[in-house]
Amino acid sequence: MKAYGGDFWSGLALGGLGAYIVSEAAGWEYLGPDGPGPGFFPLWYGIAMAGLSLWLVVSSVLKAVPETTDWSGARRAFAAWLALAVAVAALKFVGFFVAFAALAFFMMAVMYRRPFGNAAIVAACVTAGFYLVFPLALGVKLP
Amino acid sequence: MDVVSGLLQGFAVALQPTNLLWCLLGVMLGTVVGVMPGLGPPATIAMLLPLTFLMSPAAAMIMLAGIYYGAKYGGSTTSILLNVPGESASVVTCLDGYQMARKGRAGPALGIAAIASFIAGTVGVLGLMLVAPPLAKMALAFSSPEYFGLMALGLAMVVLLAGRSLVKALLAMLLGLWIAGIGTDLFSTTERFVFGQLELLSGVDFIVVAIGVFALGEVLACMEPRRDAHALPVPRGLRNLLPTKQDLKDSRFAFANGSILGFLIGVLPGAGSTIASFISYGVEKAVSRRPEQFGNGVVEGVAAPEAANNSETGGALVPMLTLGIPGSSTTAILLAALVLWGFKPGPLFIPENPALFWGLVASMYVGNLMLLVLNLPLVPAFAQVLRTPAYILYPVILGISIVGVYSASGSMLDLFMLVGFGLLGYLMRKLDYPAAPLILGLVLGGAMERALRQSLMMSEGSLSILVTRPISAVMLSLALLILLIPLFGKLNAWRLRALE
Repeated sequence: MKAYGGDFWSGLALGGLGAYIVSEAAGWEYLGPDGPGPGFFPLWYGIAMAGLSLWLVVSSVLKAVPETTDWSGARRAFAAWLALAVAVAALKFVGFFVAFAALAFFMMAVMYRRPFGNAAIVAACVTAGFYLVFPLALGVKLP
Repeated sequence: MDVVSGLLQGFAVALQPTNLLWCLLGVMLGTVVGVMPGLGPPATIAMLLPLTFLMSPAAAMIMLAGIYYGAKYGGSTTSILLNVPGESASVVTCLDGYQMARKGRAGPALGIAAIASFIAGTVGVLGLMLVAPPLAKMALAFSSPEYFGLMALGLAMVVLLAGRSLVKALLAMLLGLWIAGIGTDLFSTTERFVFGQLELLSGVDFIVVAIGVFALGEVLACMEPRRDAHALPVPRGLRNLLPTKQDLKDSRFAFANGSILGFLIGVLPGAGSTIASFISYGVEKAVSRRPEQFGNGVVEGVAAPEAANNSETGGALVPMLTLGIPGSSTTAILLAALVLWGFKPGPLFIPENPALFWGLVASMYVGNLMLLVLNLPLVPAFAQVLRTPAYILYPVILGISIVGVYSASGSMLDLFMLVGFGLLGYLMRKLDYPAAPLILGLVLGGAMERALRQSLMMSEGSLSILVTRPISAVMLSLALLILLIPLFGKLNAWRLRALE
């Protein structure tokens, strides 16, 4: 079976979004007595998005050699993104400083393989720096 | 207000001690950002945008603009020392700059880059000062159909030059239009794409998208390799950084070529500093008496792209301030900043806010001078920034992003969206979808829809209004022609060469 590349899957996702936009826009007024309604503009860009995505998907399928994307380093990027997502989700429960310190520690100790002790000290210092700059000096509200 | 009195008023604003300080901070921050590969001016400006709500608009604009043109100065440092461009516009500087450094001429390469940047940056501001006010006066005659045509033309230019695949660039732009459409309809109370979230009724905050796509997307992309690159050593002492008389003589035409071409290309939406620097390099090579030596470390190969790159800044601000049409990601974010502070960039911006416009112009003269004075002796210090370990830098950027978004809205939903847009930004990079059309679609989406619907109200629903009015007809025809370029073999080959 042919392995499809990023163009195929991203085209499929955007095609789905285009279809969703069109279906939603179809439910809103297209042209009223005062001129175009709320559905006018989204309907057209939704159709354009669905059409272009279809083009992308079809051209990706028809390509003899699928386009290649280098995903070799993506695991590290996804791990960092996941850590960020967890830290943001934890903000509500543990507050900015604990969540951010944990995120910084994770990135230093796990992703960059720094010794645990050093990572803990640097994460604590960076977090303290944030406290000094944002809430203390600038009066910025933190989550 | 004539140019001289405007400029005098501008210097009265720019030379206030606090504004001087913000200008200095902006250009220094810009230089640092330019030096760092990966972290570009759009990401930095987006991250700092929420903090500017604590400042006066003039001070904030002076600082953000300082970051914008300061980064152009700094971008050459990594190109020359590391063979890695600090930002996309410095790619071409790598060709001869790095070769000069390898031959032990890193100092003169850095010096000529700073001098070219200063000369061209000043020419760019001069152009901005002379072109923007008359263009704004001309644009006063524009109505909704002309604005729609203008925005369509701007978006078409950006889409054309944003990436190799026109389809992907168009899809990114449409995604931006969709995000801009989230919230309550402009003319009625219809809720659009809010997914039942009350917080989305007022739309998706621009800052969330900009920080997510640029700052987080860049950090995630930069985190892929574990190890950092190693820079060539920077010569110490001012004498070792100054180019020779022969270097300056060889670069004379490059200064002029880069300054003029850079400004003219900057005025065109979408072309941007990367294209400007490449074209300027190409012209320099074409007219040179030693074209065969280009790529092996000739000084004019550094001077021309660096001049074009810096002069483009002044040009790019012209359509942004006078027509409300940004031509790049950075100017889109600056435009959004002006809107967030309560201004309306467009033909009335200069007459209604002379102090802000002329203050910005004057601060750019001052800032360019500051950059020249700072960059020559302080290049070794700025190069030290390259030693900042990634394991400290990236968590700090993530932290600033979280603080920036939360301080602007106090919304947890915005933080979750930030995480989502960060992933989108990363995936767009990986899958070769350009980010600039998305940001421009987002910035122009609301205004474009408003202009289109107002046009159709004027014509009682007939689309013919867009083609019967000469200016909008010309602009829409040009937009259509631009989008058809990929169908013409030779023109598309030129486009792809420019992008490569």
